[in-house]
Amino acid sequence: MNYHWNWGIFLEQVKSGDETYLAWLATGLGWTLAVSLAAWLLALGLGVAIGTLRTAPRKGLAALGAAWVELFRNVPLLVQMFLWFFVVPELLPRDWSLWVKQDMPAKEFATAALCLGLFTSARIAEQVRAGIGSLPRGQRDAALALGLTLPQAWRQVILPQALRIVIPPLTSEFMNVFKNSSVAFAIGVMELTFQARQMQEDSEQGIETYLAVTLLYFICAFAANRGMAWIEARTRVPGLIARTS
Amino acid sequence: MSEFDFSVWGPSLPFIRDGLLFTLRLTLVAMGGGIVIGTLLALARLSPVAALSRAAGAYVDLMRSIPLVLVILWFFLVIPFITGTPVGAETSAIVTFTAFEAAFYCEIMRSGIQSVPRGQVHAAQALGLGGAQTMVHVILPQALRNMLPVLLTQTIVLFQDTSLVYAIGARDMLKAADVVGKNYNRPVEMIVLSALIYFSICFGLSLAVKALQQRVTIVR
Repeated sequence: MNYHWNWGIFLEQVKSGDETYLAWLATGLGWTLAVSLAAWLLALGLGVAIGTLRTAPRKGLAALGAAWVELFRNVPLLVQMFLWFFVVPELLPRDWSLWVKQDMPAKEFATAALCLGLFTSARIAEQVRAGIGSLPRGQRDAALALGLTLPQAWRQVILPQALRIVIPPLTSEFMNVFKNSSVAFAIGVMELTFQARQMQEDSEQGIETYLAVTLLYFICAFAANRGMAWIEARTRVPGLIARTS
Repeated sequence: MSEFDFSVWGPSLPFIRDGLLFTLRLTLVAMGGGIVIGTLLALARLSPVAALSRAAGAYVDLMRSIPLVLVILWFFLVIPFITGTPVGAETSAIVTFTAFEAAFYCEIMRSGIQSVPRGQVHAAQALGLGGAQTMVHVILPQALRNMLPVLLTQTIVLFQDTSLVYAIGARDMLKAADVVGKNYNRPVEMIVLSALIYFSICFGLSLAVKALQQRVTIVR
């Protein structure tokens, strides 16, 4: 088979309208960033809360955290997307269900961000729990002996250390969020993978299309990595063994 | 609250079973092939030959930094150019997952090999074993055993990831559920069914891995 290279394809107009292919990819990048960043904020907040709960002395709270993690970790992300998009609206009261199906603005985006955020929160919760577990028990005991309540000890003593320790694994989770956001194509979010499939079919220049999209994902992952490295360097816990670059 | 009708689950079972068989076949082939190729990649990465080590490293980094859906689309597009004939979505999926998972198994095997104490290598040399013999008879068996729980956990992730062949329309379990859901006009019930099946299998396997983990740990 012969392949006809055409690197000018990005500046050409799409067959079905008056945009260029470049505009499609730019839209795709925008949605990928929007879904990923919204999901990341949600995941970070929930993940820290649930990871902390899993270290609670109350059995009930810890079990709730464990159930949360198992639930989101044992169903494929794609199936979770379908659950939130097609199944959850059916479970809502009638008026809400109608609103979600007919009037909800940016429904695909909101569903994808919520789904990816909850999925990632379970993974962050595990990292946070491990981070708290890695602290010497004396930190908590000392805080409690000083008269702090457990929530105060979490806020003032334990989490400020644990969160800084888990930055390296959180960095790979942050990079994963960008990769996982590609699954949102399946519920019609017009992100990069969606645009790549659309452009490949429309232009029949698959290799150029996928190369461009691969490069864009690379840039996202690299930017995420550098951003987290910057934060890591500025928040290092004094006195711990850590690499210096 | 809408009306649900779960009676569609009955007639869907033969289709679900066929889809699940493909999903399992894909998982097992990709696991076997992925662990073999991954181990070779790990040996290449640890090799003193700089070019070999760098090539394997580049392959692993590339696979790990792009989304799996995109890798699936890439292979589906490119394989026909290499083989000269169009291939089905199923064959493409098997090749893709083996190549993709190899990168992840490689990193696991690499840390497994590096976790073997250096004394083991010295002892093997003292007994007169050559480099390859040391690797095959002394290091790899211990690395595999140390990493078995991690390899299996990665396989559970792989099992879930196979659902992404949806992107190229291969007939896995999720696709079967999708088709039945459309034919009977009961998509919601079928999504719930596939979620339940995925959850039961993955949760069961992860409990089994936890139990195994306690048994295989080498006590030193």
